[in-house]
Amino acid sequence: MTHVRYDILRMVRNRAFLALTLALPLVLFLSVASGQRHATHDGVGFPLYFMTAMAVYGAMFAVISPGARIARDRASGWTRQMRITPLRIRADFAAKVLTAYLLALPTLALLYLAGAALGVHLGATQWLKLTGLLLVGLVPLVVLGLALGYLLPVDALTPALGGIVVLLALLGGVYGFQLATSGPMFDVMKALPSYWLVQAGKAAIAGGGWPAEAWIVVAAWTIVLIPVAAVVYRRSTSRI
Amino acid sequence: MTQSNDHTGGIVLTSLSKSYGSVRAVRSIDLQIAPGETVALLGPNGAGKTTTIDMVLGLTRPDSGSISLFGMTPAQAVAAGAVGGMLQTGSPLDHMKVRELVSLMASYYPHPLDVGDALRRTGAAEFAGQWTTKLSGGQAQRVRFAAALVGDADLLLLDEPTAGIDVEGRREFWQAMRAVAGRGKTVVFATHYLEEADAFADRIVLMSHGRIVADGPATEIKARAAARTIRGTLPGADLAGLVALPGVAAADRHGDTIILSCSDSDAALRPLLGAFPEIRDIEVGGGSLEEAFLELTAADKLDPEVVR
Repeated sequence: MTHVRYDILRMVRNRAFLALTLALPLVLFLSVASGQRHATHDGVGFPLYFMTAMAVYGAMFAVISPGARIARDRASGWTRQMRITPLRIRADFAAKVLTAYLLALPTLALLYLAGAALGVHLGATQWLKLTGLLLVGLVPLVVLGLALGYLLPVDALTPALGGIVVLLALLGGVYGFQLATSGPMFDVMKALPSYWLVQAGKAAIAGGGWPAEAWIVVAAWTIVLIPVAAVVYRRSTSRI
Repeated sequence: MTQSNDHTGGIVLTSLSKSYGSVRAVRSIDLQIAPGETVALLGPNGAGKTTTIDMVLGLTRPDSGSISLFGMTPAQAVAAGAVGGMLQTGSPLDHMKVRELVSLMASYYPHPLDVGDALRRTGAAEFAGQWTTKLSGGQAQRVRFAAALVGDADLLLLDEPTAGIDVEGRREFWQAMRAVAGRGKTVVFATHYLEEADAFADRIVLMSHGRIVADGPATEIKARAAARTIRGTLPGADLAGLVALPGVAAADRHGDTIILSCSDSDAALRPLLGAFPEIRDIEVGGGSLEEAFLELTAADKLDPEVVR
């Protein structure tokens, strides 16, 4: 418990990081969506689409960010000091997952408030369904953050995390347009969790939830990434 | 020392080896350390001390050989909280205060020391409220010491704990260590300061080029280290011939003066007079500890059978 508490405290104390993570998607949403309150996109109102997209964008950054903290701790050499204590891999991963979601939740909440202010109307179950799908769809991103944090040196990590999120966002349709709606490119997009994250808004409105394909994509990414994260965790004890 | 043959009691390293590429960092070492012993791993940089400690801590996987810590593997011993370590590197985690970091480390262990107690003993109490990123090198070293100590583990491994610390800081460090070792802990520390090993350890394990070249009580190693030096005047000396004499470890020349570093000066002296009758002004003396240390770790010249 102490481990979790200090992990959260260390994240919260990193003020500049916290402010940027929370503010960036919010500012993007307000500046783009306020001029297109009455437009529609991909079958739903643009504010809802873009609110979901920016929530996904912000939350992806939030949940992948523990990777940066992990890489910094490794670079400092203290990770090796932790590794010779009885701290278990599960407890360490659990703490990182918890901090990831603790940062994602206010990111979502701020976007929801901004969306409501621009006229997004959803029923209580729709809000809940949207949130639930987003939290589930973020799981592979959380694990990816862990794996990269234990794998990459700290100076490579910032561009790697940023680049991956931007790429996933672009292919997932986060920026307000889709690169393709059919063909091989569309197949690639549909194989990414970010695509289904963006689709969560539409799914929540339609009431039907995700298609089976979405659940399979999210589960497959998670199942592949967890052992990768465990292996790089165990290997990350060499002297840096 | 009754427990030194008890394979479950302490630390047992068997034929332990580790290479990094073509560098053979540790070459098949065997070592047994009984519970409660304080042992110095003494040797110059590159002797294999850090690699050995990393393997005992489970941070580095040996290429071959085995490690038993109180009958457990390193991973099991670490998981049981039986091991505390102070590594050479490691800046304390950022966005934390010193007391918080030491509390965090304590929280991982089943029976930790009181955090305030650990901070006081290591001299870290006076800056316990400081952010970890604002510490001096000496302060950070104390924090690492407190982090190693606070778990109250049975085995403490310290990798060059006083590297980069001034004389006063070193003295304070060993004072604090003495109090810990007095409580029945097994302590293994690496150092390249002979005085430190001599002053603090019950037993010195001398490493050089990845091998153990001497192992014994500190007094014995010191006696051996006080190897004899033979000096004499011998113009145009044949150094190769001198080195070939029994008991001579190395030969050196300064002008007409020759200096023979000996593992056994008595054995060297008799044939020396016969083989080089023109030698004069002969003096036999004890070398300095540092000289002897260098001598003992010049492994290529040493016959392991003799030194052990």
